[in-house]
Amino acid sequence: MLTIKNLQASIEDKAILKGIHLSIKPGEVHAIMGPNGSGKSTLANVLAGREEYQITAGTMHYQGIDLSTLTADERAHLGLFLSFQYPVEIPGVSNLYLLKSALNAKRKHMGLEEIDAIDFLSIVREKMKLLHMDDSYLYRDVNSGFSGGEKKRNEILQLLLLEPSLCILDETDSGLDIDALRIVAEGINLMRNEKRSILLITHYQRLLDYIKPDVVHILSEGKIVAEGDYTLATQLEAEGYEPFLQKKTGG
Amino acid sequence: MTKPNETLENLLQQDYEHGFITDIESDTLPPGLNADTVRAISAKKNEPEFMLAWRLKAYEYWRHLTEPHWAHLKYGPIDYQAISYYSAPKVTEGPKDLSEVDPKLIETYNKLGIPLKEQEWLAGVAVDAVFDSISVATTFKDKLNEMGIIFCSFSDAVQNHPDLIQQYLGSVVPHTDNFFASLNAAVFSDGSFVYIPPGVRCPMELSTYFRINARSTGQFERTLIIADEGAYVSYLEGCTAPQRDENQLHAAVVELIALDKAQIKYSTVQNWYPGDENGVGGIYNFVTKRGECRGHHSKISWTQVETGSAITWKYPSVILKGDYSVGEFYSVALTNHHQQADTGTKMIHIGQHTKSTVIAKGISAGFAQNTYRGLIKVLAHADGAHNYTRCDSLLMGTHCGAHTFPHIESKNSRARIEHEASTSKISEDQLFYLAQRGIDTENAVSMIVNGFCKEVMKTLPMEFAVEARKLLGLSLEGSIG
Repeated sequence: MLTIKNLQASIEDKAILKGIHLSIKPGEVHAIMGPNGSGKSTLANVLAGREEYQITAGTMHYQGIDLSTLTADERAHLGLFLSFQYPVEIPGVSNLYLLKSALNAKRKHMGLEEIDAIDFLSIVREKMKLLHMDDSYLYRDVNSGFSGGEKKRNEILQLLLLEPSLCILDETDSGLDIDALRIVAEGINLMRNEKRSILLITHYQRLLDYIKPDVVHILSEGKIVAEGDYTLATQLEAEGYEPFLQKKTGG
Repeated sequence: MTKPNETLENLLQQDYEHGFITDIESDTLPPGLNADTVRAISAKKNEPEFMLAWRLKAYEYWRHLTEPHWAHLKYGPIDYQAISYYSAPKVTEGPKDLSEVDPKLIETYNKLGIPLKEQEWLAGVAVDAVFDSISVATTFKDKLNEMGIIFCSFSDAVQNHPDLIQQYLGSVVPHTDNFFASLNAAVFSDGSFVYIPPGVRCPMELSTYFRINARSTGQFERTLIIADEGAYVSYLEGCTAPQRDENQLHAAVVELIALDKAQIKYSTVQNWYPGDENGVGGIYNFVTKRGECRGHHSKISWTQVETGSAITWKYPSVILKGDYSVGEFYSVALTNHHQQADTGTKMIHIGQHTKSTVIAKGISAGFAQNTYRGLIKVLAHADGAHNYTRCDSLLMGTHCGAHTFPHIESKNSRARIEHEASTSKISEDQLFYLAQRGIDTENAVSMIVNGFCKEVMKTLPMEFAVEARKLLGLSLEGSIG
């Protein structure tokens, strides 16, 4: 699904990613954990095709395709989805309009006709029900005046609607209270299947209590310093990042 | 266009019944302007004495004026003696078919979804089909006649309703108003006239598109709309498709009069040729538009979507004379490449408890300059006057400019005047977010810009709004990326 080799990236000549190796197979859930400033969000943005970042070395292949040859919208059409840490407000544009445009952009890429308004509403309402969202979300401006939790829920709604193959979730748990976290996690778990891969980016273990990852990676200063199964997250929760960072310095 | 396409198609297929009005297919006056030119225009139009007298007064006044240059606009000198002030359209001029029309224009028509026949009409193709809109107009006219509504060309109104013309012409925009309005008064060729009798609600949107002779009135157009007591009318001017026009200078005048409890809604989509990417060519659009809420509880609402012209100088205004009258101005002005727009409104509160709302959205891209200029004036007796103004500017790129000149003059200390303004840029964050949802840059820009303009766009009649939305996207193509 996703193969990253020695990925190095910088922004405004400041190196952030310093050689990432990562391989995710279809159906796997990977978690990337790490302290602030370790490069977690940069990795998500680079994978999604944000142009401000320069890739200085390494490769990233998604479904065998070199991602660096594709623009952000092309990557999205191929089923790469990023749930934003800070979802962006678009004043005057209704959520309904954005959701429908996004779905139709994907359908167009697949050679399908645009979905008609009634079919669309029934699909989107079904997904909203899963996330305990009411109809008013559809008619509000995209993320404008949304609380942190509402924004995150809205990201997951888009995820459910677009049914991507690779879901990158950038700190989806931040800003969510415990009930919202459970609802969002249930939504994500519904998406788990043997073909779809998920990359969870998070500070804390608590999201991983709901969505059990197959592999946990610990990122520090632009490099992965430790890898393991779910128990690594538990160890991290108990001991903090310090031991892992020291390990890196020592090695 | 403003009418469902199928209706238009049907009507266009009807036989060509009435023929193009041949008496205007005559000569052209030589360039130059003097009192004889004004007399000649009036004579050609077979006008009554009062019209000629009014035109001559306007000319005499204009002669002593100098062109105003207070606007934030730059353009070369205009030689008023090099213009021909009367030029009947010749059917043989213009391209013979669409293959002779600039392919870029055709591409735009196609993107806007304009049917072939309409494309020919817009591009000025000399074919019979284009004149078939005459029968469309006639069909409508019968229906309107039954209700006592007068909707005709200005020339027809001068011939058939001279009393109304004499009573109302120049009563809102006098012949002494400003340089361009005086020029218009002296030499205007034609335009539209609307009269809605007391208590009548006009059942359809009136549009210049369906008015006979609409094509021939481009350069100095004059429109007069009167809504009598308790009447309502919605009037649409212009169209979303770029129209071909050989005249660089346009100086139109629009006068609206709303009597007691009357309402006039006036919507414009202006998409005259803006010049090329380097700022060569393009229309100079110097327009005077003003409405007067003459009666109590009357309302005048202007909505404009301005995307065309090289130079736009335009301040649709409302004089709120009647007590409890309401004035509204909703504007989107989009400038790209080297376009310049200096536009806004004046709200003059004279009556008590008068209320005005101003929502102006300026979008600048490329090397364009976009200025909002507004005046809110409250006279001493206008107790309870209330104005709310909001001006938002959206900038795309680093070479364009947005400017706001709001003027407030209040002689009534209890008037409430609120002003808000903002300037923003389309952010990389927004574009990336939308791209990540699979939406390409052009569609993303169009979405963001339409969102920015939503409050104005929703005041447009439905069908106009759909096309205007597409137009905003098209006008910005290639401005980011």
